[in-house]
Amino acid sequence: MVKENNKPLGNLETVIQVRNLDFFYGQVQALFDVSLDVAARRVTALIGPSGCGKSTFLRTLNRMNDTIHGTRVEGEILIHGQDIYKDGVNVVDLRRKVGMVFQKSNPFPKSIFDNIAYGPRIHGIKDKKKLAEIVEKSLQRAALWDEVKDRLQNNALGLSGGQQQRLCIARALAVDPEILLMDEPASALDPKSTTRVEDLIGELREMYSIVIVTHNMQQAARVSDFTAFFYEGSLIEFDATKVIFTNPRKKQTEDYITGRFG
Amino acid sequence: MKTNLIEHLWYFFLRVVTYSVVIVVGYILFDIIRHGIPALSWEFLTEAPRRSGAEGGIFPAIVGTFYLVVGTIVIALPLGIGSAIYLSEYATQNRFTEIIRLAIVTLAGVPSIVFGLFGLGLFVLFLKFGASILAGSLTLACMVLPTVIVASEEALRAVPRAFRDASLALGATKWETIRTNVLPYSMSGMITGAILGIGRAAGETAPILLTVAAFFLPKLPKSIFDQVMALPYHLYILATQHPEADKVLPLQYGTALVLLLLVLGLSIGVIFIRIHFRKKYRW
Repeated sequence: MVKENNKPLGNLETVIQVRNLDFFYGQVQALFDVSLDVAARRVTALIGPSGCGKSTFLRTLNRMNDTIHGTRVEGEILIHGQDIYKDGVNVVDLRRKVGMVFQKSNPFPKSIFDNIAYGPRIHGIKDKKKLAEIVEKSLQRAALWDEVKDRLQNNALGLSGGQQQRLCIARALAVDPEILLMDEPASALDPKSTTRVEDLIGELREMYSIVIVTHNMQQAARVSDFTAFFYEGSLIEFDATKVIFTNPRKKQTEDYITGRFG
Repeated sequence: MKTNLIEHLWYFFLRVVTYSVVIVVGYILFDIIRHGIPALSWEFLTEAPRRSGAEGGIFPAIVGTFYLVVGTIVIALPLGIGSAIYLSEYATQNRFTEIIRLAIVTLAGVPSIVFGLFGLGLFVLFLKFGASILAGSLTLACMVLPTVIVASEEALRAVPRAFRDASLALGATKWETIRTNVLPYSMSGMITGAILGIGRAAGETAPILLTVAAFFLPKLPKSIFDQVMALPYHLYILATQHPEADKVLPLQYGTALVLLLLVLGLSIGVIFIRIHFRKKYRW
């Protein structure tokens, strides 16, 4: 099969290169020959109907699928040219570099401070002053500092849903990742909190390479620079968000974004 | 109309069944308390028995049972929690682990006298611990192990997967995740297993009969290799083996009451630990 000569990233720096990725849950194949480049310090959105494999794809990028028994990967995922599925790759280092925010906010039932400090602590930072600095910086980057600075010792579960999700983002930032994976981070939030999270993504793209899965096409259009459309485990189309939403080349993409199915 | 009647009949029947259970248990407790309280005295609680238990107190038996229960929990809790962690967090879920689980549940149904014989064979004779606190605690630990494992596995399963995912995604290793973000939250459930274990360990007679309990030993143990008296066995002696069984009847009730209070006291202590963990980690 001849690949189309399509270079949506142009001259941008590439941070993740996915090459011919197949993914299996036991005997069931969930991803088919996916190849995709993720640009550094840009937002890449993954869209598609439920069960299209976009979340599975996202979770291959930090090897979270490893925790599910019987999964198997074929093809390559290169981060800065290093294949993350090669033998001898340290998964701990990988996940430190590639942070993740989940669909349902999942703060630990601990204090706000301990939630943020959890990552740095397991990576060996013990100095209290240093930890306090990291906590403050991370919360500021996640635009939560002003709301919680006077109650850092309170249980994180006392925060509102939107605050909890921003706390989870801050917690992911605390280990200083380079890439941030977000799995429908706003799908469980009310419109106001959603806007805050979307604004936050806009700010974070200055410093981090972000890959976000979203159900909401307006959201993809608002926050992302590049958009990948998945359907039934295959990558149908990948291009600059502007192109996908104004002038898609594939009919399936057009049908999906115009709401004809999905 | 007719369904309504059947509904009422069932409701009435289930209510009667529940009440009768409560009444039977209540009567047993009432009987023990009524006859036991007059036997309780400072002397009874703090002194050693005399004339094979016909006079004096039951202090050595209280101490013996206390040591046995503590020894049992100290052995069974780490072993049980360890196996539960392995089974639910590490082991691949396949036919082999299914068989192990089945074996554990079956073990819970083995009669206690069989555990006693096993303990006699392995700990007392083969490992040469002799009849001792060590042998008795190990035997009781084997007996309560299934309960502890099952309760601990339940507790681990109750911790949401989201906590594990969040921790792993931050670059924690599996063990770090379990240690810092699974075990603390499942502690209260695991402690429930310990409470059930305490009840059984304190009350069983058969396993200790063959591995530790002394018929009449009016002094305190000096090491874990000593024999001790124990409340349930003492009760058995007073009730069936004593030449003056009628005369020591009040002492039997007193002993039974003390045994109940001891189990209650230990359980309440553990329940406080559980409340502490519940308060600390709630989600």
